[in-house]
Amino acid sequence: MALSGMRGLSVFISDVRNCQNKEQERVRVDKELANIRTRFKNQRGLTPYEKKKYVWKMLYIYMLGYDVDFGHMETVALISAPKYAEKQVGYIVTSCLLNENHDFLRLVINTVRNDIIGRNETFQCLALTMVGNVGGREFSESLAPDVQKLLVSNTCRPLVRKKAALCLLRLYRKNPDVVNVEGWSQQMVQLLDERDLGVLTAVMSLLVALVASNPDGYWSCLPKCVHILERLTRNQDILQEYTYYGIPSPWLQVKTMRVLQYFPVVEDPNVRRGLFDVLQRILVGTDVVKNVNKNNASHAVLFEAIALVMHLDADQEMMSQCVALLGKFVAVREPNIRYLGLENMTRMLLVADVNESIKKHQAHIISSLKDPDISIRRRSLDLLYGMCDISNAKDIVEELLQYLTTADFGIREELALKAAILAEKFAPNLAWYVEVILQLIEKAGDFVSDDIWYRVVQFVTNNDDLQAFAAAKARDYLDKPAVHETMVKVAGYLLGEYSHLLARRPGCSPKEVFHIIHDKFPTVTTPTKALLLSAYVKILMHSQPPDQELQAQVDEVFKRCESFIDAEVQQRAVEYIILSHKGPSMVDIMAEMPKFPERQSALIKRAEDAEGEPTEMSATKLRQRQNSMALVVADPGSANGGLPPPSLALPEPPPPAPETAAPAAPAAPQSAYANGTNKAPAPAATNGDLLGDLLAPLALEAPPISTPSPLTQSADPGEPLALALYDQQNQIKPIGSIEDWFRALSLKDSGVLYEDPYIQIGIKSEWREAQAKMVLFLGNKHTAPLVNIRVLILPAPHLKMQFSRVPDTIPPRAQVQVPVEVTCLSASRETAVLDFSYTISTLPVNVKLRLPTLMNKIFQAAPVSASDFVAHWRAIAGPPTKLQEV
Amino acid sequence: MNCSATGKTSVIIGWRIHFVLLISRQGKVRLTKWYSPYSQKERTKVIRELSGMILSRGPKLCNFIEWRGLKVVYKRYASLYFCMCVDTEDNELETLEIIHHYVEILDRYFGNVCELDLIFNFHKAYYILDEVLIAGELQESSKKSVARVIAAQDTLIDNAKEQANSLSNMIAQATK
Repeated sequence: MALSGMRGLSVFISDVRNCQNKEQERVRVDKELANIRTRFKNQRGLTPYEKKKYVWKMLYIYMLGYDVDFGHMETVALISAPKYAEKQVGYIVTSCLLNENHDFLRLVINTVRNDIIGRNETFQCLALTMVGNVGGREFSESLAPDVQKLLVSNTCRPLVRKKAALCLLRLYRKNPDVVNVEGWSQQMVQLLDERDLGVLTAVMSLLVALVASNPDGYWSCLPKCVHILERLTRNQDILQEYTYYGIPSPWLQVKTMRVLQYFPVVEDPNVRRGLFDVLQRILVGTDVVKNVNKNNASHAVLFEAIALVMHLDADQEMMSQCVALLGKFVAVREPNIRYLGLENMTRMLLVADVNESIKKHQAHIISSLKDPDISIRRRSLDLLYGMCDISNAKDIVEELLQYLTTADFGIREELALKAAILAEKFAPNLAWYVEVILQLIEKAGDFVSDDIWYRVVQFVTNNDDLQAFAAAKARDYLDKPAVHETMVKVAGYLLGEYSHLLARRPGCSPKEVFHIIHDKFPTVTTPTKALLLSAYVKILMHSQPPDQELQAQVDEVFKRCESFIDAEVQQRAVEYIILSHKGPSMVDIMAEMPKFPERQSALIKRAEDAEGEPTEMSATKLRQRQNSMALVVADPGSANGGLPPPSLALPEPPPPAPETAAPAAPAAPQSAYANGTNKAPAPAATNGDLLGDLLAPLALEAPPISTPSPLTQSADPGEPLALALYDQQNQIKPIGSIEDWFRALSLKDSGVLYEDPYIQIGIKSEWREAQAKMVLFLGNKHTAPLVNIRVLILPAPHLKMQFSRVPDTIPPRAQVQVPVEVTCLSASRETAVLDFSYTISTLPVNVKLRLPTLMNKIFQAAPVSASDFVAHWRAIAGPPTKLQEV
Repeated sequence: MNCSATGKTSVIIGWRIHFVLLISRQGKVRLTKWYSPYSQKERTKVIRELSGMILSRGPKLCNFIEWRGLKVVYKRYASLYFCMCVDTEDNELETLEIIHHYVEILDRYFGNVCELDLIFNFHKAYYILDEVLIAGELQESSKKSVARVIAAQDTLIDNAKEQANSLSNMIAQATK
């Protein structure tokens, strides 16, 4: 055992190691920290050796996981020491303890600079290393030119120059402006002629970053890179010490190929030919050998070569060669190679039309889904998702469903979502789709969002031949023990609408269906309860001839809910109880839901949005599109073998949506909700009116072509949307009542003005006589930015309002404040209106909100003494200005 | 202070190692080196999270784990796990061999290196690493070249020690 060479340090380390438990360790460490602290406080008599020893101890303690919140100054001070031994400790420990944002680092910039421009090579090395490891923006600004000079200097040894290259790389990453000087690309070309492979490796790393951000600027480096690659793969003139297990610097090979992937194309035919020769040699010449390290190194080169082939748009033959290699890899036992085979196949799907050849390996890929290694399972899942098309969707989705029951928690959500998307995109028929989603809800209900089951409802509603099937399935699932709430929702909805189609089957009489659903009623959440009430009234309506017993049971449920705490449930109960006694007219009102207009799946849209977000600054096209955490949705047209999009289209052409529907939609529920909750439905309304009213709000959502009801009739805000789905799709609705918020704000000066799932608008105002300083707080509650923010204030004629510009985008979880100056010029009962709109994942939302610029805000108490009042009172003549009653 | 690995401070997501960790089988940290700016709090969290994930992995699994949108390449040598965190698009096998390269250099330096060598000479492990990696990039792929530099550094430090000793001897003599 080699000891540290510092006795005190070794003793301390032994002591810590001999501690029996964490508590003892802490005591020992605290003692040492106290000691160091006192020694540092009284620096007199502290020898350089002791300083060194204490600073190393601090690093050791820090590494053990203890907070070391002092001594940074002493550590940093060692950097300025004249002797190498102390300087080294100072530099190393500083770069370990502090990160680039630490203020102390700024203190040493000058010392570091002196070391870099000084004549002492060892000092230069220390300084360059530290700046390369923790240098931040300030370092970048003040040191870049000096570092650059060292890199191209003729007098510096390779040791210094390679450090300078990597140091410059870091400084460039922190501030790209530092390197973009005239003629630098020419310097880089010359640097590529470097004979020392250590320097060349470092220069190549720098070049990766330079080319990545500016491929045009470094065009002239391309032929040189190809040349270096040729030289390496032919093992020409490579020093023995730069071969690794017989392979000429695999790292330099990989890096050089990485640089080449950042150039958009290779135009020069000679260079291109040379490059393809090299790649061909790598693809063919890489064999599996016994030695692990040799194997890893050669395959590191091989995988990089495959990536480069993909980038270069190679010919079909070379592509199939790559696919064949990858196919071999996904079948091997060696886990690393299998992992990389799966990963690279997924990448390949994104750039080339290789779906058909990859399908040949489907069996192996599926077996990797059951691998004990989660890393491999994830890769397999991604690949299966990417390669799925209409021909293999059934197999793949069923595998995913099977895997779902045993999958670990971390991967389930992704798995469920991917299964749902694939089922929808590539369903061979709709019955299968419905079946898959129901299974999905059963196995992973927690991860099936509402979007997914809404979609099932849409398909079933729009396809008559699916309805009985779906209802029967739903009925079966309700029989199982421990039914997930999402299942209760979808089953409740489907059975409400379509259970009458099953009436002749055993166990499916209206009464039985009602009971099986109502069993779940006590355990579900309020929105589901509301949905179930609608289901009951529908079942009741469908039971012809009317079943008195069922009617009585359902009535009892409604009666109980008449005083339910949630207004929505309460209202539905009240309405349904009246409606259900209306006899035949109820049948008209409760008729089946009209067909939905065809719309894009919210799910797929979400997946596409996730894909569309550009990953920052990533390398090539290919890499931009590959993002293992986000969903990878292959374009069905190109990536999936050019197959037409699956036939989930509706049987009839979608009805044209009224022009006003989209923008008006978000506003509609507002008015409907605003004061609807406290108004009972008008029982005296005539049949026609009631029907029209109920359908009118729906018309915004789904205009039925065949319905005779007058679509032009505007929605009576007094009528609720009871028959629509409780959660309206594709509409962002406020979570609360705008009217209530407004009412509260008319008395208070601050509070919520508006809130929906994505944004909250708060307001705070301060009135001083007829003027107010008002601040709007726009808070993004969502994890994605809200874009196209538009704030307009439509002032009433009596108000003068001024406000500053509002940013176009609100970042996730951020709040923007909009100060508004209000001056009231005359008395009026009108209020200003805030016209606010934003876009959340391409869905525009627009609301018009009354601002609480009310007269009562500027009312001021006028103190009047009793005698003054009496005097005034007397001065007023009789009625109409004066009226007295006792 | 609150910048994460993929934080906004870095202008280019290049190709590099975000950090290096050496963890013993008991979960003790033997070396940490951060090339991306992680705050103290984040560092502790990362170590805790990763040691949990890596130590619980069985022996015959692959050497890569996907973590927080990054990839951790690790390899176990006797009682020590060497881990390096890279971007997802980086070349995993190449990183794995950087680990091995470092281990071979340590092995040559200490002569059949073991965990205890790295515990008592953790400072050497640090400055050897500084000769292998800078800015999260491989600096030198020749083991010989690294060995030469380290030997030269050791000589410098030893000289300093001798000087100090002779100096203190002189003082001791003079004040006798």
